[in-house]
Amino acid sequence: MHFLKLILRNTLRHKLRTGLTVLGLVVAILAFGLLRTVVDAWYAGAEGASSTRLVTRNSISLVFPLPINYQERIRRISGVTGISHASWFGGVYVTEKNFFPQFAVDAKTYFELYPEYLISPGDMKAFRTDRKGCVIGRKLATTYGFKVGDTIPLRGTIYPGAWSFTVRAIYDGAEAGTDTSQFFFHWDYLNETMKKAAARRTDWVGVYVIQIADPDRAAEISTEVDAMFKNSLAETLTETEKAFQLGFVSMTEAIVVAIRIVSFVVIFIILAVMANTMAMTARERITEYATLKALGFGPRFLTGLIYGESLAISLAGALIGIALTFPVADQFSKEMGTLFPVFGVSLDTVYMQVAAAVAVGVVAAVLPAIRVARVPIVEGLRSIG
Amino acid sequence: MSIPFSYTLRNLAARKLTTLLTAGGMALVVFVFATVLMLEEGLRKTLVETGSPDNVVITRRSAGTEVQSQVDRDQAAIVENQPEVAFGVSGTRLASKETIVLISLSKRGSEKASNVLIRGVGQKGIELRPQVRISEGRMFRPGSTEIIAGKSVAERYTGAGVGETIRFGQREWTVVGIMDAGKTGFDSEIWGDVDQLMQAFRRPVYSSVVLKLTDAAAFSEFKTRVENDPRLTVEAKRESVFYAEQSKVLANFIRYLGMILSIIFSVGAIIGAMITMYASVANRTTEIGTLRALGFRRNNILSAFLVEALMLGAAGGIIGLILASFMQLLTISTMNWQSFSELAFSFTLNAEIIFKSFGFALIMGFAGGFLPAAKASRLAIVDALRAA
Repeated sequence: MHFLKLILRNTLRHKLRTGLTVLGLVVAILAFGLLRTVVDAWYAGAEGASSTRLVTRNSISLVFPLPINYQERIRRISGVTGISHASWFGGVYVTEKNFFPQFAVDAKTYFELYPEYLISPGDMKAFRTDRKGCVIGRKLATTYGFKVGDTIPLRGTIYPGAWSFTVRAIYDGAEAGTDTSQFFFHWDYLNETMKKAAARRTDWVGVYVIQIADPDRAAEISTEVDAMFKNSLAETLTETEKAFQLGFVSMTEAIVVAIRIVSFVVIFIILAVMANTMAMTARERITEYATLKALGFGPRFLTGLIYGESLAISLAGALIGIALTFPVADQFSKEMGTLFPVFGVSLDTVYMQVAAAVAVGVVAAVLPAIRVARVPIVEGLRSIG
Repeated sequence: MSIPFSYTLRNLAARKLTTLLTAGGMALVVFVFATVLMLEEGLRKTLVETGSPDNVVITRRSAGTEVQSQVDRDQAAIVENQPEVAFGVSGTRLASKETIVLISLSKRGSEKASNVLIRGVGQKGIELRPQVRISEGRMFRPGSTEIIAGKSVAERYTGAGVGETIRFGQREWTVVGIMDAGKTGFDSEIWGDVDQLMQAFRRPVYSSVVLKLTDAAAFSEFKTRVENDPRLTVEAKRESVFYAEQSKVLANFIRYLGMILSIIFSVGAIIGAMITMYASVANRTTEIGTLRALGFRRNNILSAFLVEALMLGAAGGIIGLILASFMQLLTISTMNWQSFSELAFSFTLNAEIIFKSFGFALIMGFAGGFLPAAKASRLAIVDALRAA
């Protein structure tokens, strides 16, 4: 009991210094937590992927489409329980800054494959019966203030022209990790417009989404799909939805790696600050420690005091930092809008923050503790600050 | 008379561990700050130098990128024959009708795939880009399934080295040469014959037309006419502007993320400097009293402590810049969101970045040292001398 009291008193002796160190720790732990969350957000698409969905794209690359007649041929493969398709539209809402993903989808089947997009049956019916209607995610709706019945104008970049869609439904995510920043509309409408504008661009889709009954047969079915279209004009590449999403992440991997490295740099910065605080503290109190030694307290007691003080400061900083991470992440997510569709602090991040704080507390105390344990009583008593 | 500089230096040397840790913290912040600036500069250099100011890129209106653009054959022919377009030595127009597609290639050493840009170029394609030269092998022969790969593509992707083959569009394509484009965006591309590539990809239209004007000053006249011609649905941009716009999103992302991080991180380092300087003042209260009694003024004390803090910042700045300069050895490649294809660029250090980073380090030192120095200068002589 006295031991803890002594640690607490020591910690509060230099209020300014302790306060500044804790403040530094708060900033570092907060920054560390946010950076880890940004990295998590990068992988959100892959995390939300279902193991019973496969994605088939053109084997050359994603920018090449696939003919619509593949749909029926893929459907006949055994083990395939559902199929739909989606095409990237790439429209611009007012200015390039307002980025959100838009897909032209098969209105009849697409949402059956994505049960995590929750839409009321009434809204669904309204969307299906309006050829120029669209379905948008909750996050997208709140970011731009869209309501059911609103008209959203888009300027086409891949499909030229001025387009406009009427919001018929807003979907909610079934889980926290569901992307609700997307915009879906009728592929039929796109296709018919292209028939008039550029006939050779009709009857093409971007990717097929295939539902399979048994996730264990994913590899087998993928191979079968690709074999079916081998040596055709549009060869396919089928992979699980997760692999498809991870493909996007790996293209920007360098950025993810950089953010990861930087998140550790901030821990090193704060380690330097914390180690400095502990080194100064121990140096100033060397006379006291020598006195305690003379009174018969062993080196174990003294190093315990130093480690205890260091950990007390680092954990105090971590606690405040972690508590602040949640509201700051919320605010950040609001500011970023649809840029990061899913942005939530995970439990793993909190564990990492605690681990980082403990590591900083321990490492910062190593040198001062060794010094105090070793210093001869006489020399310690003689030392002057 | 001011307090000698050696007094400051000795004070820093007296507490080696503390000085080292404080300067080390600042060095890491400077490292992050400088690295971000270097990355942004590298990206800028790569894309700005890709375009020449007297070349013009024609794309479909509001397409934004070459990949999304489509220019019909008859439109391309009209554009090519505008009076402002220069003639080459052979008497034909200096214009290259090009097709741009992305193909997915896997990286050497790992099976990870990324999008690589393939550019089908016309006869004049290479003449229009003086920065591109063949560093190994030879140029592809027109009308054949031969391709040449940019230096960084050849290094990083399976099948892209000289003599190797890549399969796409139901054909095998042989890599016959490596082009060194002097670290511009073309290093991240593969080039082939435009007609062969359009055949292979079943594309009846071009993606863009690149042409050279006889007089760069005639651009605005050319642009107005081409964009107002009712037969055309195209947009004309100077090549240098076109490429600068391609990197806008990525460059802004790097800049904002980097600046926010540097500012947050600098808070940590400033606090470190503050702790050190406050301790330095507290330990030397009697000394400060003595100096004052000897006749040094308040502002002498203030500047002596400020100089000490600035020295800490300077040390951090130098260490940080030395660390950052090693980053020049690295090349980073990532997907450019706007063109959806992979782009390689390196960290570039220049005098401006050194200047800025060092300035940033001094500002951190100043911010950390100001309050403690002010406290030191305000001490009353008698109290200071009496302090234990």
